[in-house]
Amino acid sequence: MAHLNPTPVLEPGQDRTMILNMGPQHPSTHGVLRVILEIDGETVVRMMPDIGYLHTGIEKTCEAKFYQQVVPLTDRIDYLCPMTNNLCYVLAVEKLLGLEIPPKAQWLRVLLNELTRINSHLVWLGTHAMDIGALTVFLYCFREREEVLKMFEMISGQRMMTSYFRIGGVALEPPLGFFDRVREFAGYFPEKVDEYENLLTGNPIWGMRTKGVARMTAEDAIALGATGPTLRGSGVDIDLRRDMPYSSYEKFQFKVPISQEGDVFARYMCRVQELRESIGIVRQALDGMPEGPTKADAPGIVLPDREKMKTQMESLIYHFKIITEGFAVPVGEVYQAVESPRGEMGYYIVSDGTPKPYRVHMRSACFANLQTLPTMCEGRLLADVVAAIGSIDIVLGEIDR
Amino acid sequence: MPLVPAVTDLEELKNHPALARLLGWNKDAVEGAKFDRDEMTIHVERSAIREACVLLKEDPACPFNFLSDVTCVDWYPAEPRFEVIYHLLSIPNKERVRLKVRLNSGSPAIESITSVWPGANYFEREVFDLFGVRFNGHPYLRRILMPEDWEGHPLRKDYPVEGYR
Repeated sequence: MAHLNPTPVLEPGQDRTMILNMGPQHPSTHGVLRVILEIDGETVVRMMPDIGYLHTGIEKTCEAKFYQQVVPLTDRIDYLCPMTNNLCYVLAVEKLLGLEIPPKAQWLRVLLNELTRINSHLVWLGTHAMDIGALTVFLYCFREREEVLKMFEMISGQRMMTSYFRIGGVALEPPLGFFDRVREFAGYFPEKVDEYENLLTGNPIWGMRTKGVARMTAEDAIALGATGPTLRGSGVDIDLRRDMPYSSYEKFQFKVPISQEGDVFARYMCRVQELRESIGIVRQALDGMPEGPTKADAPGIVLPDREKMKTQMESLIYHFKIITEGFAVPVGEVYQAVESPRGEMGYYIVSDGTPKPYRVHMRSACFANLQTLPTMCEGRLLADVVAAIGSIDIVLGEIDR
Repeated sequence: MPLVPAVTDLEELKNHPALARLLGWNKDAVEGAKFDRDEMTIHVERSAIREACVLLKEDPACPFNFLSDVTCVDWYPAEPRFEVIYHLLSIPNKERVRLKVRLNSGSPAIESITSVWPGANYFEREVFDLFGVRFNGHPYLRRILMPEDWEGHPLRKDYPVEGYR
């Protein structure tokens, strides 16, 4: 099997320390992360994350697919925020094509992205709190997450692997009653965040397990390539939604939560406040949702409506051609980054002018964030490793791809 | 936004902060540049990559202080076969730049930039693992995603999608 050769963390002759293997099957590693720890009593002397157990070669698979066939693959990279990955990929391809997207599709994408962020942060909060010992929070979080997943099912027919975004827009008009349901959710969700905060923020046990634990300075975070709440928890003020806007994020007002301490609690506060900001963006998107089409007017790239296919010869031809031969994308390369719940999710796509991408590279936020783990944990207690892993919010599917 | 032709003339592009900085330092280190789809690409000479990164990182006017990504593209069977690609981000100026280095197919190797950004560690290991490009001076250059005893480099174009049977 993979990784037969454990990394030589320990030199021979040192018998003060011992090697401890944490994972790959360990409930607090959120998947199949293996961490090799060198410990001296209860203190971590050195640590080394070992990844690759979920590697499926998605980047290679993409090279053998048509551009539109890659969208479902992007869901499966990060199964907690499928829409963010969809968005990043379709934005990159649209940039390659030079395609203009109608406002309604852009706003729908923003709306769904923020719901995805809420979904992802709820799973993180529940599991992170459970790792540290607050079991109840998990049930609270999954109660609201269920509602988000039901909304995803309503709009895309799937709870997790939504594949709702298309190159040139979104797959379908949202069904009747969808916006009302989101509005109702946006109405009561802030109270639920208060409930989570009541359980945790002022809780002295939670404070002892998180405050001052797994500290990282801003310089270290930047040098190690950390992004998202892991970086903002150390006091670096950057959010791609605000600073390098995409998909009309520049039309929304929201704050970017920052904490200065750089510990587990700081990252927790960043994410919890992001929950509140996200629901604010959802509300703005609902209030200002423009009218109009949800797909770009680009025959040959965007699949025609079903109705038109039955009445117009050209639509039928385009449909047949897109499905059987794909569409050629002009030669070029783009790097498109979006702010995923975990940080900077980037797609680097190279086109050689054929209907299949020449190279698709996914810059995964967790992959870089994971490198900060040794900095956070070395010299600290073993029990804090669990808190540190939880606080960077890893998804192994995204790391291993 | 409709597509406009890419600009590749160095004279036209020399006002871009990253390119101006590199040209001011060493004209020979810049092999070319391209501005396409609002993105700046600079081709850097192979031996100059580490110094170019240091230079851009410490630019007082526009510090490209964050390394977003390192990756590679295989142009098999063309030569030079590999392109190693660095995406830099300037957090204060919200500016991106892409550096490219071309490598020949016979034992491709390049200097590691882990001494500039420790965060390049995993990215370089990934490129080494999947493309077989060596990074000289990397502290721990071993496979990261594939098993230790794997043969071949899966993202190379001469490696079949379904693997060797």
